[in-house]
Amino acid sequence: MKARVIVTLKRSVLDPQGKAIEGALKALAVEGVKSVRQGKIFDVEFDGDDEAAARLKLSEACERLLANTIVENYAIEIG
Amino acid sequence: MRAAVILFPGVNREGDAARALRRATGEKPAIVWHAERELPGGLDLVVLPGGFSYGDYLRCGAIAARSPIMAAVGGHAARGGLVMGICNGFQILCEAGLLPGVLMRNAELRFVCKMQHLRVENAQTPFTRGYAPGEVVKFAVAHGEGNFVADEETIRRIEAEGRVAFRYCDAQGLAGPGSNPNGSMNSIAGVFNDRFNVLGLMPHPENLIDPLVGGVDGQALFASLAA
Repeated sequence: MKARVIVTLKRSVLDPQGKAIEGALKALAVEGVKSVRQGKIFDVEFDGDDEAAARLKLSEACERLLANTIVENYAIEIG
Repeated sequence: MRAAVILFPGVNREGDAARALRRATGEKPAIVWHAERELPGGLDLVVLPGGFSYGDYLRCGAIAARSPIMAAVGGHAARGGLVMGICNGFQILCEAGLLPGVLMRNAELRFVCKMQHLRVENAQTPFTRGYAPGEVVKFAVAHGEGNFVADEETIRRIEAEGRVAFRYCDAQGLAGPGSNPNGSMNSIAGVFNDRFNVLGLMPHPENLIDPLVGGVDGQALFASLAA
């Protein structure tokens, strides 16, 4: 089973990297870009097909390592 | 004073930290590999040195903070033992939850490597009692992720409890955007935990112990610890 974890900075946290990318996109004249926030994606493969168990394990993984919940949020997608 | 320096893969300032400790205490500190589960007995101080543990992968300090030795470092701190994290060591202590806040990418996205004035904000701790309150010192800074961030309530509490150890400032001791190298909230360069036995700081006192390399303002910190 395949899962994807998406870690993003909380809205209240400044994202200087996102701001720099946003500036670069504007300099490239990519139209309509209002703002950019940078995040991380982790693709994780799991043994078996117990979706609920995988979700639980991934939450644990996020809380313990993948995200720093002081400044980051995470979302889990399965399948 | 018995000290240990923890060695994580990718760290590169352990020799500098060990040299500063040896000069101040007269004793060679133990070097402890991150995969150990126990610290040597009878330790007073644990130092987490600077560098790039695990290549700064995931987040600076994140992987090192979960290494086996960190449970023992946490236990040492819980027993009231002294812990100091310098630069990457500070990032590791924040990631391990032994200090509040997070070190984010520098606000201007540049690696900053220069001499930097700091103001000693609390000179009543085992780490800083060798300085005068408000004293302006000059340490080296060398980091890309030193932008100290915490939520408003945490910042308010840190300030109210006198837990800011050092603040970035100019030569006159004035803090402000012009003398803040990385965008840290309230120009915070170093913080204590709530019991004042854990210190994390981005600047490098261990590199300012010899006039030959530009100054000795770091000596008082190690002398405080050795006293």
